[in-house]
Amino acid sequence: MRRALLIVVPYLWLLALFLVPFVIVLKIALSDYNLSIPPYSPQYDPSSGWQGLRDMFAAFDFENFVFLTEDDLYWKAYLSSLQIALISTLLSLLVGYPIAYAMARAPEQWRPTLMMLVILPFWTSFLIRVYAWKGILSTEGYLNQLLLGLGAIEQPLTILNTDTAVYIGIVYTYLPFMILPIYAALDKMDGSLLEAAEDLGCSRLSAFWLVTVPLSRNGIIAGSFLVFIPAVGEFVIPALLGGSDTLMIGKVLYEEFFNNRDWPVASAVAVILLLILVIPIVLFQRNQQKQRELDG
Amino acid sequence: MIRLSWFNVTSLTLGFAFLYLPMLLLIVYSFNESKLVTVWAGFSTKWYGELLTNDAYLDAAWVTIQVAVISSTIATVLGTMAALVLIRAGRFLGRTLFSGMIYAPLVMPEVITGLSLLLLFIGIGLDRGVFTIILAHTTFSMCYVSVVVSARLMSFDKSLEEAALDLGCSPLQAFRLVTLPIIAPSVISGWLLAFTLSLDDLVIASFTAGPSATTLPIKVWSSIRLGVSPEINALSTILIGIVAVGVIVASLISKHTMLRQLADENAAKRG
Repeated sequence: MRRALLIVVPYLWLLALFLVPFVIVLKIALSDYNLSIPPYSPQYDPSSGWQGLRDMFAAFDFENFVFLTEDDLYWKAYLSSLQIALISTLLSLLVGYPIAYAMARAPEQWRPTLMMLVILPFWTSFLIRVYAWKGILSTEGYLNQLLLGLGAIEQPLTILNTDTAVYIGIVYTYLPFMILPIYAALDKMDGSLLEAAEDLGCSRLSAFWLVTVPLSRNGIIAGSFLVFIPAVGEFVIPALLGGSDTLMIGKVLYEEFFNNRDWPVASAVAVILLLILVIPIVLFQRNQQKQRELDG
Repeated sequence: MIRLSWFNVTSLTLGFAFLYLPMLLLIVYSFNESKLVTVWAGFSTKWYGELLTNDAYLDAAWVTIQVAVISSTIATVLGTMAALVLIRAGRFLGRTLFSGMIYAPLVMPEVITGLSLLLLFIGIGLDRGVFTIILAHTTFSMCYVSVVVSARLMSFDKSLEEAALDLGCSPLQAFRLVTLPIIAPSVISGWLLAFTLSLDDLVIASFTAGPSATTLPIKVWSSIRLGVSPEINALSTILIGIVAVGVIVASLISKHTMLRQLADENAAKRG
């Protein structure tokens, strides 16, 4: 009895506020846009009973999905979201790996502090951290002031409102997610393996490539997914730092819903986005599972 | 022999400069006299004064705190229950669906979570406001809480609870007297995580908030979309300060409890 209650309460909550909303999105994605309130049809009228339900299903179609494939705005937005997410993930790896590596090599008593310093930005507001870059990257921003002052450039660089600013924003905000799993993997590594490799005639660089990198593979994979998955659907960063030509699907969805009030198309965009993300999510889960089995 | 090479020192220095310099600039320029954020014109605290007399920000801050306290508290209860279900309840009908629903919101893009909840609220005719934001925040943060708590439950020695039951505790007593004190640190960190996520959330809140309720991130968003403003710098500085103090206090407390637990364990071994 008590066990049943324990299961039922969170279960019902999640069904009502996670699964049901998602079914509604699916339903509206299959409906048609029109100028009513709410702006789609068919509507289900509970008083019409089974017949009404059957009529509703009969009126469903994949028109919105067909529309998404025809209008090149959408598939371009999907592709460019994936591309931006991929490039940002690689950049985060390039920036994050040396930091994680140096943390794992730091004296033991420093490591908790270094860990805390990596996690601390995560606790501060995401919005503020993105906003901070607006002041740095703008034409009269701190970076341009510095470079002009040093005489490194003649004309201020245009970085804000370009894809470059979006890459910087994503790398900056998601860097802790890349560093922590890699650090966890490197921290566990047995240092004598490197000594063995060097004794056997490896140079330090080849020992790094042949021993350290493969042993931190799971950390690299986990970190990459933790950056890639949220970056694909990112809305705040492209909206604040990107330009009007920065196409990201999260932004398209937001605008489709709030500016165009086209709920069916916005819902269809959401369904496709989720289908695209299912692949990396499943791969990520597999990697985590494997990791747990190795640890256990 | 561990020695930091110059390469490691450089990457740590550059790495932490990259992480902290933007926030440092924000803090420094919040004390700037000029309205132009990027041009230094002398020290001043006037933007703090303007911020603290601006009712729109104060109202938004109050809404945000209400939402965060209520939603993180409910989320902690539900999330802890969900963690107990995941780790302890064994098999039951729909278990796969249950664990799927726990993990899915962690990776779900915020725009989708926000959109789906908004469509639900409109569908059932619920007026959007503080209440709907609380429902939305509770839902996604309970999943984070349950992940944090279930990690602790997994490493928890079940025989302690069994011993309590053998000694005549009811299951509820055993939970209250044995299990809860042991998982308490993870429950508290779950609550803190839920609280921070709620304070921080812009996207889901802007879908689920009606015109009647504005949270601080929504208010900040509407003023930074167009450009930088010194008031927002002042606000950011206050928020960063609160977080820094909070994290330092939390880490001191957790260090203290860890030491005490260690001392208790040693005493138990001797006794």
